[in-house]
Amino acid sequence: MSAALILDACLVLLVLAVAVWTIAARETFPAIAGFVSYGLLLAIVWVRLSSVDVALTEAAIGGGATGVLLLGAAARLTDRAGRRPAGIGLRIMAGALCLAITAALAFVILTLPDPAPTLAPQAVAGLPATGVGNPITAVLVAYRGIDTLLEKIVLLLAVIGVWCLTPDDSWGALPAPWGTARQDDAIVLLARLLAPVGVVVGVYIVWVGADDPGGAFQGGTILAAMWLLVMMAGLIAPLPATSRRLRRVLVAGPALFLAVAFAGFAMSGDFLSYPPAYAKWLIKLIEAALTLSIAAMVGVLVIGPAVRKR
Amino acid sequence: MTAEQLYGLCGAGLVGLGLFGLITAELPLRRIVAFNLLGGGAFVVFGVIARRGAAAGLGGDPVPQALIITGVVVGFAATALAVTLVRRLHEETGTTKFDQDELPPETVKLSDATLSGGNP
Amino acid sequence: MSLLRDLFTVLMVSAGGFCFLAGTAGLLRFPDALTRLHALTKADNLGLGLIVLGLIAQAPGPLGALKLVAVWLLAQLAGATATQVLARAVRAEGRDSP
Repeated sequence: MSAALILDACLVLLVLAVAVWTIAARETFPAIAGFVSYGLLLAIVWVRLSSVDVALTEAAIGGGATGVLLLGAAARLTDRAGRRPAGIGLRIMAGALCLAITAALAFVILTLPDPAPTLAPQAVAGLPATGVGNPITAVLVAYRGIDTLLEKIVLLLAVIGVWCLTPDDSWGALPAPWGTARQDDAIVLLARLLAPVGVVVGVYIVWVGADDPGGAFQGGTILAAMWLLVMMAGLIAPLPATSRRLRRVLVAGPALFLAVAFAGFAMSGDFLSYPPAYAKWLIKLIEAALTLSIAAMVGVLVIGPAVRKR
Repeated sequence: MTAEQLYGLCGAGLVGLGLFGLITAELPLRRIVAFNLLGGGAFVVFGVIARRGAAAGLGGDPVPQALIITGVVVGFAATALAVTLVRRLHEETGTTKFDQDELPPETVKLSDATLSGGNP
Repeated sequence: MSLLRDLFTVLMVSAGGFCFLAGTAGLLRFPDALTRLHALTKADNLGLGLIVLGLIAQAPGPLGALKLVAVWLLAQLAGATATQVLARAVRAEGRDSP
């Protein structure tokens, strides 16, 4: 057994232990703290699996944004778990079912075909035509651009769904995500110092995403985090769902993506095809617009809708 | 055993754990956490398949890796919608439990009144 | 020269790891929230600093080293703020005195 494999085994045990804690913890708050650590540990797993792009996404969205979302909800919900948890019979049956599923997945993992099928050579071969150097960015924006386009629509639908849950009498009111938060000097200082740095880091991650690990999701989520931080500090007010400015930013990325996709018919004869001479610049333009929209969407999804006036 | 198999088994275990939490958790918020745990495990299994496809100088097959990134984002969107639904339920009824027998009678009335008040 | 550099890295990262270990022991063993925060921040700031120092020796260039220092500074800033906020929350709840 090599030293690296022993370290991998330790990491796997740690991830599984944190997962068990997250499921088994009695109170909700520690469970969510466990979930945030789980997201960060998964990011290390992704680095070990040579997927730095996924690691950045997991740390930013899986651990960060989802963690803030869940913590915010846990602080508002006053429910406690009741005295009687799920019945012992249900637990045994669920345990057996989950064991069977895990065993089946383990069997599949141990009997995967060798050599493994891969599209990596084709992805690399097509890179010069796209003008970007990061094959994952090429897959996201060029080869499988339709997936990314539809995923942006899914995010927009989620934003609309969240807004639809606004109580009737509160439509257009400001969402109050941290309504009772006191103005804490420390958070105000952090927001003033960190937000400018964070915006630069976010833009940098998008920019290097063309050739190195990074991209619109990861950078956009960092921008969203900075927006949320400045709102948390009370330096700017959250935007209401009726804000035209906010709505324009939300649709800017998907709209530009769709426009370029349809322009593909005229320029190179197919939906979502880029003319080779402009491919690199079109991809960068789409990524830039998508970054702004992603930042707005993630921010809106974390803040949630306006709450009922008391 | 190779590192890929080790992480694959880790992903399989996480799927099982997450599913168990999803079925047995009492509070909806805890079910949402368990759902995300399950998702993480499924992505790791898929990531192992991507890692095994390492070729052409890359550390893994970029196609599944890109699909995982898309999956993480879509999972976040679903989580945000679910959390907002639970928050609204709590706002209306003062609880997030689905079991109507456990609700105090006056909260049920309040929720009925708000629901009918919403449709004049 | 390269051996000396590797030795430096191993030493510094191990020392940093030890600091994290000490901080975690404090987190688990200290009696109340404020002393636990104290143990965590002291050990983590020093621990991360030592690890960054050790890794700078392996950085591919001055730009890489600068990024590592930036990581350390940002973590310091975030850690200090989180500690302040947590400590004030503890005080507001009146749990600092038994």
